[in-house]
Amino acid sequence: MTITPNVSRRTALKGAVAGLIVAGTGAGGLVFGHGNAWAATAENLDADTFATLVQMSRDTYPHARLDDSFYAEAVSGLDKAAKDDAGLKTMLTEGAAKLDKEAMGLKAASYRSMSSEDDRVAILKSMEADPFFQKIRGNLVTGLYNNQKAWPLFGYEGESASKGGYIDRGFADIDWL
Amino acid sequence: MTTFSKNDDSVVVIVGSGAGGGTLGAELAMKGVKTVILEAGGRHETDDFQNDEWGSFGQISWLDKRTTSGSWRVAKDFSGLPAWIVKAVGGSTVHWAGASLRFQDHEWKAATTYGNVPGANLLDWPIDSAEMDPWYTKAEDRMGVTRTNGIPGLPGNNNYKVLEAGAKKLGYKEVHTGRMAINSEPRDDRSACMQIGFCFQGCKSGAKWSTLVAEIPKGEATGKLEVRPNCQVLQIQHNDQGKVTGVLYADKDGNQHVQLARVVCVAGNSIESPRLLLNSASSKFPDGLANSSGQVGRNYMRHMTGSVYAVFDKPVHMYRGTTMAGIIQDEARHDPSRGFVGGYEMETLSLGLPFMAAFLDPGGWGKDFAWWMDNYENMAGMWLVGEDMPQESNRITLHASEKDQYGLPVPNVHFDDHANDIAMREHAFGRGEAVYNAVGALKTFRTPPYPSTHNLGTNRMSEKASDGVVNKHGQTHDIANLFVSDGSQFTSGAAENPTLTIVALALRQADFIASEMSKGNL
Repeated sequence: MTITPNVSRRTALKGAVAGLIVAGTGAGGLVFGHGNAWAATAENLDADTFATLVQMSRDTYPHARLDDSFYAEAVSGLDKAAKDDAGLKTMLTEGAAKLDKEAMGLKAASYRSMSSEDDRVAILKSMEADPFFQKIRGNLVTGLYNNQKAWPLFGYEGESASKGGYIDRGFADIDWL
Repeated sequence: MTTFSKNDDSVVVIVGSGAGGGTLGAELAMKGVKTVILEAGGRHETDDFQNDEWGSFGQISWLDKRTTSGSWRVAKDFSGLPAWIVKAVGGSTVHWAGASLRFQDHEWKAATTYGNVPGANLLDWPIDSAEMDPWYTKAEDRMGVTRTNGIPGLPGNNNYKVLEAGAKKLGYKEVHTGRMAINSEPRDDRSACMQIGFCFQGCKSGAKWSTLVAEIPKGEATGKLEVRPNCQVLQIQHNDQGKVTGVLYADKDGNQHVQLARVVCVAGNSIESPRLLLNSASSKFPDGLANSSGQVGRNYMRHMTGSVYAVFDKPVHMYRGTTMAGIIQDEARHDPSRGFVGGYEMETLSLGLPFMAAFLDPGGWGKDFAWWMDNYENMAGMWLVGEDMPQESNRITLHASEKDQYGLPVPNVHFDDHANDIAMREHAFGRGEAVYNAVGALKTFRTPPYPSTHNLGTNRMSEKASDGVVNKHGQTHDIANLFVSDGSQFTSGAAENPTLTIVALALRQADFIASEMSKGNL
């Protein structure tokens, strides 16, 4: 797995995060974002499946403060796990295909090319009880929120013991009460 | 380190090294009694602990297979994890937050005080406040509980300040930074709290009392205590006379051994303790050891719990500093005019971002959920903990088909909320929200119970042998040299966090066991 966020592009893309996030897929499992803001390599899933799962992941836990590479990284965790887990690979591949099938029925477009977030979320809602949806959601609980690079973006400071705790670093600094 | 022979039948064997077992073992050793503690988990010292929620969870949690049933929401959200407790030397005192509260007088007499509550299997304890007062005093001194013994309270962190401000606007009076077994100043060769946070992950400064850092080392220093980690007890053995003779256990490599014993004390927490008694069934005791009453495994309590989180328009940084940083006690009273018997405490609680994602609204997703996570920095939180009703049908049983790594039936934990529990939770949610709304919360959220941390009642204490499993000393009614030494002894749950009471009972039990041994009765 390689995830390469292009920092110089990140700012330019901030306004577009609620929209479609995968620009395309290429040979060798390459999945890339708009303006090449980030790129990832699908190692075990096919690139289209990977790309669909990235879009689905953002739709499941949409955070404007997180650039798309965070979602791609979470999906890469599943992609890696699929290497030795044929059942998982099938579940993810068929699940992504089902998203596309539902999308085609609604808008004659693939899931990740549907422009309306509400439309995409409606499809997810209809699949909420599926093991496939729960697999993607559960993966994000740790794959997204336990990604230490994301913590500062949520204002969470993580480990503190090596810094002497917060006794001299604002444990009681609230000033607005 | 002292080691005792497996064939030494003069030792007291304790199963488990947490609040009950670790305290009992240390106290017996200090009285000169040869003691072996068999601990299922490994030994992780202070430096090994991690300021990392999931990393620590994998390091210290009890993750052996368990199943759940019943209508409680934990069975849906965390079906394989009914309890959030520790498998390590020190047991769940490694994980606990430190709140050390005495029972209120009336809570020792739940049946008398609450009267007939349909569906509840209430019983008065065979002991009371007067009996326990000196033991509480001793426990508070041992544990260095703030606001006792002249020990100052801890300073309040941001999360506490929000709670306190809201509480005062509502007119609550008993609001303070708690009675905590966390050093507010250096004491007992341990440092003062550095407000690290991560109290649940094992204290990295040693300021928090645990049997790991504060009791077991003292016991070991006497040369009378051996703690054997990675040793899971599988069965308690007995002779034809019905006295227990020792325990069968598996070491870290899975090899099985028998440790002989003069006395066996079970302190494996309220799921494993009854499971061990049930798994020790024999032709002489076909329903399990000490189970002539049929009460082993029954009356499982886990406290009425829930949490309220609130988002404000400015930062709180609730995770900075002690996890349980303060308390409102005004609702802990028994006042049936509120629509339920018993009471509850309101205690600050914080989770880091990773655990907030897992526990705020288990299964939640979408824009609404993301909004809460986006506002993590501006969030304050409290835990609600109150007395739940003992019910015979809430129980630990042996699973009919699922087996553990040793081929023994895994425990199933069945729980249904009692109507009183539900009414109390509803009231507590409302008051919790009111606290935060009083200081301008933008939104509040009612978080359902986490996997149980306060597991109680499954080998309960009773005056009469027909009503429970152990007598007022924790000695089983059926077998004189078999004791229960953990929270499974609890006759009723009371509103308070249970550890102080478990420690006080263990100190008292050590006194009894040593005395009975010296009289030749054990």
